[in-house]
Amino acid sequence: MSEMTAKQVLFEPIFSNNPIGLQILGICSALAVTTSMNVTIVMCLSVIAVTAFSNLAVSLVRAQIPNSIRIIAQMTIIASLVIVVDQFLKAYAYEVSKQLSVFVGLIITNCIVMGRAEGFAMKNGPWLSFLDGIGNGMGYSVMLLFVAFFRELLGAGALFGVTLMTPVSQGGWYVPNGLLLLPPSAFFIIGLAIWALRAWKPEQVEEADFKMSRHTHKEAF
Amino acid sequence: MAKAKETVSRTLMVALVLSIVFSVIVSTAAVLLRPAQIKNQNLDIKTNILAASGMLPEAASAEQIEDIFTRFDVRLVDLDSGAFVEPESVNVQDPMKYDMYKAASDPDMSTNIPPKEDLAGIKRRPNVAKVYLLREGDQVKRVVLPVHGYGLWSTLYGFVSLEGDLNTIEGLGFYAHAETPGLGGEVDNPRWKSQWVGKQLYDENKTEPQIRLVKGGVDANTANKQHKVDALSGATLTSRGVEHLVNYWMGDRGYAAFLKKLREGEV
Repeated sequence: MSEMTAKQVLFEPIFSNNPIGLQILGICSALAVTTSMNVTIVMCLSVIAVTAFSNLAVSLVRAQIPNSIRIIAQMTIIASLVIVVDQFLKAYAYEVSKQLSVFVGLIITNCIVMGRAEGFAMKNGPWLSFLDGIGNGMGYSVMLLFVAFFRELLGAGALFGVTLMTPVSQGGWYVPNGLLLLPPSAFFIIGLAIWALRAWKPEQVEEADFKMSRHTHKEAF
Repeated sequence: MAKAKETVSRTLMVALVLSIVFSVIVSTAAVLLRPAQIKNQNLDIKTNILAASGMLPEAASAEQIEDIFTRFDVRLVDLDSGAFVEPESVNVQDPMKYDMYKAASDPDMSTNIPPKEDLAGIKRRPNVAKVYLLREGDQVKRVVLPVHGYGLWSTLYGFVSLEGDLNTIEGLGFYAHAETPGLGGEVDNPRWKSQWVGKQLYDENKTEPQIRLVKGGVDANTANKQHKVDALSGATLTSRGVEHLVNYWMGDRGYAAFLKKLREGEV
């Protein structure tokens, strides 16, 4: 753990230590912003920018931050960066920022950002922290794009807003799966993705908390 | 060093410096990006007005939109009397700068709507509204009216565009809402919106607006089909909200007085 190379820090979070898949963080926004690929990509870029720069900033001042106000100091940094990102989106990507609406602001509450600031940037140098932010942002993005791919394709018959399977409502043949447009569907997709990830990398499977013991009595029959 | 870090004065110092540094960063970003944001918002409104009235070319550039929009005459209207008012009466120079939704929360510039009459669920209504007229010679060819009202989750903001007879709907569109994507969010579906084209607001007496969103579709045999639009499936409350807001804004409490004056050529 102590000897980490830049490459490890950058790429580990994508599959080996995925913030959503393994750490199960940031689920809330993964449900909310994954109805279409376009919106998801902008959200992902915003989260990458925020995690990277908040990690950098926290790491730079980590020696100065008194322990007692550590969390609130990180919060200040993260919140400011999120506001800056939000302002940028409103100025340069107005359409998408309208669709993302409150979810950009809610990056502040994304557990990944806070978790990396507290868990990594407080203990490591600025460069590594910055890479860690990018890496975790990318890990988050990979999972979000995966979810959005299926939700947009099966829920609306389109990808990036381009209709691939014409829905019945527009005179085509495809009956869109309405469930996939609603937030709970992301739970199923994330669940399946975690299953696939752990089947591929069995070391991510957690040990069972307890073992079911065998029946010893013959009860109600 | 760990000890020196934890004193009260030092904690306060760090908190203060952090706050100041980051407030400067945030305000700088806000101030520098403000002009671009305002430009975006204005362009968005204009785009939506053109879209509602069917005048938006495909893949139009910002310049094109600005250019087409100059054909519109932007006027302010007193909703109770239906007469035009000067921009100065609402403390702006340029009618484009007047924000009727901001005015709706100012007690001096708006009226409370009694709950019984509050079809659209908006609670307060601005006294002065902003309307967009397209004239050809002396003839009014087209009127675009801003409307808003409550759907299921959110207030829908949009425009209704009327033909020169001030009765036939030429188009409608919402530019801001937070209805469920795929269900209520289908208010943005071009196919659904296209059904509104040619619908009649009023019956012969020209009193109450008659728009109804109905279940099961509208075909040639539907009675009063000129007032009826197929409701959105799976979105009863959003559909009801749209029906109510159109009827509210085209009724006596909304633009009816203005439309009457305009029809009779008084304004």
